[in-house]
Amino acid sequence: MAVFLQQIINGLSLGSIYALIALGYTMVYGIIQLINFAHGDILMVGAYIAFFGVVYLKLNIWLAFIISMIGSAILGVLIERVAYKPLRNAGRLAPLITAIGVSLFLENGGLMVLGTEIRSYPAGLITSAQLPLAIFGIKLTATTLQLLILAITIAMMIILQYIVHYTWAGKAMRAVSYDPDAARLMGINVDNTISVTFALGSAFAAVAGILLGLYYNTIHPLMGIMPGLKAFVAAVIGGIGLIPGAMVGGFALGIFETMVSGYWSSKLRDPIVFLLLILILLVKPSGLLGKNNTEKV
Amino acid sequence: MRFSKKNLLSLAGAILIYFLVYWLQAAGVISAFQEINLMMVGINIILAVSLNLIVGFTGQLALGHAGFMAVGAYVSAILTTNLGQPFPVAILAGACTAAVAGIIIGLPTLRLRGDYLAIATLGFGEIIRGAANNINYIGGAAGMIGIPQLTNWTWLYLMMVLTILVIVNFLNSTHGRACVAIRENEIAAETMGINTTYYKVLAFAMGAFFAGIAGALYAHYFYLIQPATFTFFRSFDILVMVVFGGLGSITGSIIAAAAITIINAALQDLAVLRMVIYAVLLIVIMVFRPQGLMGTREFTLDRWVPKRGEASGSAGN
Repeated sequence: MAVFLQQIINGLSLGSIYALIALGYTMVYGIIQLINFAHGDILMVGAYIAFFGVVYLKLNIWLAFIISMIGSAILGVLIERVAYKPLRNAGRLAPLITAIGVSLFLENGGLMVLGTEIRSYPAGLITSAQLPLAIFGIKLTATTLQLLILAITIAMMIILQYIVHYTWAGKAMRAVSYDPDAARLMGINVDNTISVTFALGSAFAAVAGILLGLYYNTIHPLMGIMPGLKAFVAAVIGGIGLIPGAMVGGFALGIFETMVSGYWSSKLRDPIVFLLLILILLVKPSGLLGKNNTEKV
Repeated sequence: MRFSKKNLLSLAGAILIYFLVYWLQAAGVISAFQEINLMMVGINIILAVSLNLIVGFTGQLALGHAGFMAVGAYVSAILTTNLGQPFPVAILAGACTAAVAGIIIGLPTLRLRGDYLAIATLGFGEIIRGAANNINYIGGAAGMIGIPQLTNWTWLYLMMVLTILVIVNFLNSTHGRACVAIRENEIAAETMGINTTYYKVLAFAMGAFFAGIAGALYAHYFYLIQPATFTFFRSFDILVMVVFGGLGSITGSIIAAAAITIINAALQDLAVLRMVIYAVLLIVIMVFRPQGLMGTREFTLDRWVPKRGEASGSAGN
């Protein structure tokens, strides 16, 4: 029981990072039906922007968060304009290939500029203390960092819900994802709306990147690959294109993953995550929260 | 397979290329570095052509080709290294196991459409790699070493020609047309009485079969295979060749596989910069030519060979 509860605590913090990344994936997918493979690498760029801000410009960590979000948002929009926008009417596969190209570019460009060196955020950036926690008399460990990750994630999700449901930009996003042509006829600037989506998703990825760097205490140019892929799995598990689906999928995947490492073997963690994905796709292809759409002629 | 002038000419060309390279190799003109890349060109052509059958002709976006390659590589390596079987048996067994894996993964997942299939096959590739990482009999993460070097130019060329021949003839048959029909419009194809699941799984199994052959050739040329060789980046690489050459063009895949392998080799000295250039090239080419080099067209000999009645069934569609 102690192991179980402990893994839930660990899974919640890992899962919230996955959920943040998955939100970006799912928003982009929802609006232009593209698997943005470069999303995981935007996360890496975000983590590095904050790193350089904190180490060289001696910024406060919260200021670094904001600057990193802005920088990543600009990068996301730039990627969309350069690599995806020209291909909007070229079928599904061409943008997927450029997404792979952008991903390779960011990874290897990162390796070239930053080197293969593994860096970590300066100690004491966020004071992480052990929290004495006891549930039904079972002693558990949680750190303030884990609590902070969870709090930041929940705050970000609330902000996102607000943006999507109560602002003009959010309304436009929902309209474009429902039917881009009809949205354009209603006077919505579809290109700008897509850019806003990329900016939002990339800003979320930046936060996830910094949190990931704090959580594992390492950052390196290839750090985004696996979390990016896992977050995509989380988005599919929850139902891709659905914002609540990304949240549910992220938390579910995080908890499942820590359970597998806790009870079984951390070496088997990745294959089992993918096995879970395939099983869920077979039982419910549209994801946990998705609706089954029958295709009409 | 008709004995038309065009086919005879292709056959003569194929034999000529074989002997030309064989002679160059025997004369010592080809350096060790060039030989490695020659082998990689051949292996990549097999992989690209077989993936094109799945993605380009049948229209099923699959990202797990490296997984099938891994199955072929490991099974064949176990047979020759641990069980002392001859090379042809190992190739065949590796290819068949990969095909069976293709059927096992294809039957349930091919119900999924588009991106779901992509992520499911990607997951499958990672499962294979994860399994290889955890099985001590095949060396775990360190991989298998000491595989006999049995792949030579003759084997490679034979397998490459066999792959192209089988897939082109398959595509020109009723079955191939059914696959193309599924790509064009799955619902319409089904309405016309095509058993879509059957053909999708068939294309998948065939693609996997030849990827298995490529894996076997790879393992027996480099004498070392590791799970890290078969990551999803490897699958991406193959997909890039297919899309770059043109979805639905066999000759396009062949040209792209050769071109990309040679570009990679030429930029070898640049280390990380090589991958950056590769990535930029990829983006630029896709942005300016999204249909790939050849589109769905084929490079054929028709232009030079006078047509003789109906005997000019060209490759592809």
